[in-house]
Amino acid sequence: MSPPPRPHLISQARPLLVGCAVLTLRTGLVFPAALLAIARVAFPAQADGSLLKDRGVVVGSRWIGQRFVAPGHFHPRPSAAGAGYDGLTSGAANLAPSNPRFAADIAAAASAYRRENGLPAGAVVPMDAATSSGSGLDPHISPANAALQVPRVARARGLPESRVRALVAAHTHGRAFGILGEPRVDVLELNLALDRAARGSG
Amino acid sequence: MRWLEYAVFLALVIALARPAGLYLARVFDGGATWLDPVMRPLEAGLHRLMGIDPRREMSAGSYILSFLLFGLAGAAGLFILLMLQRLLPGGPADRFLTTPMTADLAADTAVSFATTTTWQAYGGETTLRYLTQTAGLVSQNFLAGASGLAVGIAFIRGVARQETGTLGNFWVDLVRAILWVLLPIAIVGSLVLVWQGVPLDLSPYVAAHGLEGGVQTIPRGPVAALELIKNLGSNGGGFFNANGAHPFETPTPLANFIALLAIAVLPASLTVTFGEITGSPRAGAVLLGVMVALFVAGLVICDLSEAATPHALAGLGLSGGNLEGKETRFGVGDTVLTAIVTSNGATGSTNAATDSFGALGVAAPLINMLLGEVVFGGLGSGLYGMVMATLVAAFLGGLMIGRTPTYLGKRIGQGEMQLIIGYALLTPAVVLLLSSLALNTKPGLAGLTTNGGARGFTEAVFAYASCMANNGQTLGGLNADSLFYNLTTSVAMLAGRYGTAALALTLAGRFAAQRRVAVGPGTLPNHTPQFGALILACVVLVGGLCYLPALVLGPISEALQR
Repeated sequence: MSPPPRPHLISQARPLLVGCAVLTLRTGLVFPAALLAIARVAFPAQADGSLLKDRGVVVGSRWIGQRFVAPGHFHPRPSAAGAGYDGLTSGAANLAPSNPRFAADIAAAASAYRRENGLPAGAVVPMDAATSSGSGLDPHISPANAALQVPRVARARGLPESRVRALVAAHTHGRAFGILGEPRVDVLELNLALDRAARGSG
Repeated sequence: MRWLEYAVFLALVIALARPAGLYLARVFDGGATWLDPVMRPLEAGLHRLMGIDPRREMSAGSYILSFLLFGLAGAAGLFILLMLQRLLPGGPADRFLTTPMTADLAADTAVSFATTTTWQAYGGETTLRYLTQTAGLVSQNFLAGASGLAVGIAFIRGVARQETGTLGNFWVDLVRAILWVLLPIAIVGSLVLVWQGVPLDLSPYVAAHGLEGGVQTIPRGPVAALELIKNLGSNGGGFFNANGAHPFETPTPLANFIALLAIAVLPASLTVTFGEITGSPRAGAVLLGVMVALFVAGLVICDLSEAATPHALAGLGLSGGNLEGKETRFGVGDTVLTAIVTSNGATGSTNAATDSFGALGVAAPLINMLLGEVVFGGLGSGLYGMVMATLVAAFLGGLMIGRTPTYLGKRIGQGEMQLIIGYALLTPAVVLLLSSLALNTKPGLAGLTTNGGARGFTEAVFAYASCMANNGQTLGGLNADSLFYNLTTSVAMLAGRYGTAALALTLAGRFAAQRRVAVGPGTLPNHTPQFGALILACVVLVGGLCYLPALVLGPISEALQR
């Protein structure tokens, strides 16, 4: 058995300094640059942020939730990002269920939701309609939540409910492979389709 | 449907562990792999540049020293980059960078990324340049992740070898970990994530003109470059403030599932690598079995807590599980699975606001981190953490049958036991001391800005458990960007990274020097389900003894409040 080599600070200096520099360059600059080059060619729309345009103007991103309050639009979940759906301050309310503000905020949101949609007091509200999301930018609502908003949207737009319901269905995603995640409705894309339908018929 | 997803995930991790583990064993043994035609020339070039003689192996002391210096150099480099980042070209525009980069925030961030903790006391979209995100953070995700894997491999060699003074060459292992493991997976995985919708560009933030007239600023950047490696390297720090909950980081449940596989598969496969290199595959399988049992326990507790309508909302006419702080696309199932995988996997990339979980829903990830993340765990550190727990079991088992305790033919003598106990006590000592410091001083209590009472207590313990375990996830109600938290969390991160690795590698060095004792009829077998149960009991018992008081004051008393 040969004696184990002793730690030598000097002999470590070159691998340390050169290693840090070269590996940082390759993983921190070459790797992202190579990815960027491939992605620009293979998936240009996604790489760019999946932006949605209407008549040449960027109206949002399909992944980033937006504020909607007009009765003719579907409404997203409550948001804790800044004043609501602020793209620069993603984040959650972080209230613990044991915090009195947790129940108070959710109860207030549930009441507001019932009022907006003409539901009787005590009507059952889907949980996602009264709670704020983790990012504050959740682009989706649950199908149950969308279904409760259909009559209001149809009334505000003077459209038959069946037409609105068909648009909702066209913007609903199921679970991936039937098991991953939850079914959901794209709010911004659905509202864009509603606006376009209104323009098309008007 | 949730339970089916959980089952599919576990089945995939277990199924992939074997091929991945055998691949890792071959890579670090210098064996032939199908990537050799591309990687061998790159490796030879790096060896030449760095002046490495691959045949020259290192003692445990040299290995620890290289690992430590490499980490500290990475932290120093990142600190300088963070302090000077305003001078870097490219987006985002200065007016969006509203978080001041103070020296203590820069130091905390540098330590946090160099130790794979990736604790973030800032929001990425309002703090960092694109170039800081790539040259600073993406690179540290690779480098720190790879050096953790190298330490795990050196530890395995120590258990496997006999009558030698060396554990391998840190630089050789580091380069192989990057070229043969992290880089190829990251390239393919990152592109899949772009396809799923994760942005990857260098253009400025966009002003979107909303359908109802408002203007929304949409941040972008080279998100996909960070997204896969942050999970693969046991890091977890996000590009944006909301981390994995942000739709640009995890746009779809499929992207989430890929992230979870990236976190869990390699650490789980190291049990197979361990069995392969030590020549006792069944001992490795026992370790994996213990991990799976602990994983399922945490998953069940967290699921039961979150799938029920919270007690506080009873009578409000709401239907469904607790969705506060959770994204619609993930619901309860994906969120719970992610909370358990990330808290076990030393990766902070949660996809929800954990602080809005119920008391027991928070307890599950907290306990996972307090136990030292032995379930899969960090890349490298999870394996030696689990072996350390196993050595306690082997010691107790040996005493019970009145034999000299051994594990895989290695004697656990007095010197070995001192290192093992030191390892077992380091985490509780650091976490509990720093938590009590935070909870008994003004600057510490000042961080509890959102939730008080038992949850506030839990937030502080959670923060130090997360930093000590090099996890990086946080209960968001704690406001941690202050001098006090930046300094104390840095202490925990350094102790968690270098304290545990130094103890583990020193022990590995002692094992390597031993001659393997022959297995006799009186030897406690290390590869039976019974031994697995003993390990499980030891993990729970030691953890319980250390943390029960803290858990009673935090999540348990919170769960009992009505």
